[in-house]
Amino acid sequence: MSASLDALVNKVVTVVTNDGRNIVGNLRGFDQTTNLILDDCHERVFSTTAGVQQEVLGLYIIRGDNIAIIGELDQDVDSQADLSVVRAEPLKPVAH
Amino acid sequence: LLGLATMATFQFNSFFKTLIGKEIAVELKNDVALTGTLHSVDQYLNIKLTDVQVVDADRFPQLSAMKNCFIRGSVIRYVQIPAAEVDTELLQDAARQQTKDGPSSSSTTSAPATATASA
Repeated sequence: MSASLDALVNKVVTVVTNDGRNIVGNLRGFDQTTNLILDDCHERVFSTTAGVQQEVLGLYIIRGDNIAIIGELDQDVDSQADLSVVRAEPLKPVAH
Repeated sequence: LLGLATMATFQFNSFFKTLIGKEIAVELKNDVALTGTLHSVDQYLNIKLTDVQVVDADRFPQLSAMKNCFIRGSVIRYVQIPAAEVDTELLQDAARQQTKDGPSSSSTTSAPATATASA
């Protein structure tokens, strides 16, 4: 079975980029190099000193080079989380 | 005339396919570690995991609502597989097979590939 992103198209996904950012959006398309099209996306900025900041981005293309993880967001679990109380270290950037 | 006789080099792709359905751990180059069931693997060694759990989940609430994920091969540092799932002797032998060159084969032995598996 090849690891295709087909199953995640039109689903809400959380993308972890190589610089440690977290971007949540609706996956509309992808290609062989994992370039992505994310619709209605926003960045979730985590910090140890303040609650999660959400920055609205809109329709984005993220280049595959920059992508580490594409996770299917469980919306039931996600909607229960109160992001304003979450404190966390931002993810580390990828070191090759 | 080159007269090349080749044996197939070790295919990690095929090796990972034998582990589909098994529980593995993946450590990434951003130091995040995930455990889950290997769902699929491709030619780039991208990995799809189902029933994912983040190791040290308290440190990474960013990933708490994630059940399945696609991990880009380029970002993987280690894949940990259960020792019970692998015949390490067979694996070492398979990994040692080299492509044979015709005219340029040297008579000195080349270093065998080493494979390590952790439980």
